[in-house]
Amino acid sequence: MNSHTTVAPVATSRNKADSPDVVRLTDVRRHFGKTAALDGVSLSVKKGEILGIIGRSGAGKSTLIRCLNGLERPDSGSVLIEGRDITGLSEQQLQPLRRKIGMIFQHFNLLSAKTVEENVALPLKIEGLPKAARLKRAAELLELVGLSDKAKAYPSSLSGGQKQRVGIARALAGRPALLLSDEATSALDPETTHAILALLKDINRKLDLTILLITHEMEVVRTIADRVAVIDGGRIIEEGPVWSVFSDPQSETTKSLLNTIRPQLPAHIAQRLSQTPGGEAVLSVDLAGPDANAPLFADLSAALPNAFRLIHGGIDHIQDQPVARFFIGVPDPTRLDPVLQFLKGRSARVEVLGYDTRSV
Amino acid sequence: MTPVLFDLLLRSIWETLLMTGASGLISLLAGLPLGLALIATDRGGIAENLWINRLLGAIVNGFRSVPFIILLVALIPVTRLIVGTALGTWAAIVPLAIAATPYYARIAEVSLREVDRGLIEAVRAMGGNRWTIIREVLVPEALPGIVAGFTVTLVTLVGASAMAGAIGAGGLGDLAIRYGYQRFETNIMIAVVIVLIIMVCGIQWLGDRLVARLDHRA
Repeated sequence: MNSHTTVAPVATSRNKADSPDVVRLTDVRRHFGKTAALDGVSLSVKKGEILGIIGRSGAGKSTLIRCLNGLERPDSGSVLIEGRDITGLSEQQLQPLRRKIGMIFQHFNLLSAKTVEENVALPLKIEGLPKAARLKRAAELLELVGLSDKAKAYPSSLSGGQKQRVGIARALAGRPALLLSDEATSALDPETTHAILALLKDINRKLDLTILLITHEMEVVRTIADRVAVIDGGRIIEEGPVWSVFSDPQSETTKSLLNTIRPQLPAHIAQRLSQTPGGEAVLSVDLAGPDANAPLFADLSAALPNAFRLIHGGIDHIQDQPVARFFIGVPDPTRLDPVLQFLKGRSARVEVLGYDTRSV
Repeated sequence: MTPVLFDLLLRSIWETLLMTGASGLISLLAGLPLGLALIATDRGGIAENLWINRLLGAIVNGFRSVPFIILLVALIPVTRLIVGTALGTWAAIVPLAIAATPYYARIAEVSLREVDRGLIEAVRAMGGNRWTIIREVLVPEALPGIVAGFTVTLVTLVGASAMAGAIGAGGLGDLAIRYGYQRFETNIMIAVVIVLIIMVCGIQWLGDRLVARLDHRA
């Protein structure tokens, strides 16, 4: 998805920093038997922000997202939705609150016995709106998601992407303050995934809707999230703006989750690497933000002619920020130090991965 | 077949239809809520209450394990209390309905249990209460199975109503035994069997048609 915004990312994040928290979790814990699904989770989401929570299956994502609308009750900690703690509320007190929180699901969860428009109108029926009013609203929402012609169809006749569009329309029916997305694109093919993510981003901008999504796919976070939180073992182990976490992941879990979308050293080269110096040094070079816009390798080439060769890599753009990751080889051991000095002088993060003896 | 016997056949058809229809309707109205109660009170149900669940389960199993012919006789005092008499077509409806209700409750329970839990979660997430879940999710989503199960129950009732002749309820079964079997009127026996086949096929056909119209699952 391209990400042409009229608002610069920095300005956006400043605006969001001023806006109130829609969600604020403090030290939320939830145990199932002896295993902790959530082991002290604290996080907040600002109005209009898209927070992506990523983790492997079993990391506690599903429990976490269900705590936000009271489908799951934490053992301890507080869950504030628009400033109101929902942990102490009864099921009856939670029901009106849930009408202001939309939710979309991996398997869409559309009612097979109802038509598309009846599905979209259902939250409004629960709210007690008269039939004419809810069908009018359903028509507006189907227009928004581009499915006006399917109003009278049954969900079984729709494709996966269309089903999720209905799911989104349904989630928006009650004009929610918050949209929860539970692996909403995990059952879709890559092309449909991008179309759905584009729709969510579009809705986020048009309605200034706060979105909290959980996923195991970095690509989803990369495409639409403003901020990412990595969850592992029931804890948030890393959190920050997407471009910064992607360019400089701290934890092993984050790094391995990023493997699918970040350039990796080709396996046949990685296999040959030895840790004892000798032969061509193979380096990883990471650079993000404004620093990555400078012609780094052209300058390196000019300063140290023929000192290095490009092996693999590229520049990605996340939230309009360049995030570069390259693998380079330095065949001549005597030139390794000058190369390292130069790159570090340009605020690149450089790591010597090993030495490739065969390429000498 | 003499005109007298033909009238007898017509009357027996009417009696069988009456017994099957009335007891079927009662078993639907009582068995569906009972089936809902069985899944709602079960572990992880929308109104989990294992104590009530076990009690209901035991009652259902108790009634289902008694052979119908014994139930028919054992319930005579109850029948007399409700209908005023223990004999005749209306009297047979009481034990038929009491036997068919737990039977149908179990069939409905199976269909209701197959409703995707994700749908229940989705409706809870949009702020629905238990009643909403029953009305908008459980019953409509399980409806094809509920109707198909009702068809099975009706067909079973057609068969069970034959035994109701034992308490003078009349009906096709009674006619077949008294005239066809005991008086060696083979024509009557053949006619009854043909009528029963047509009746069962008709019920099944209508049921299948209705299920096909109601089923919007892929």
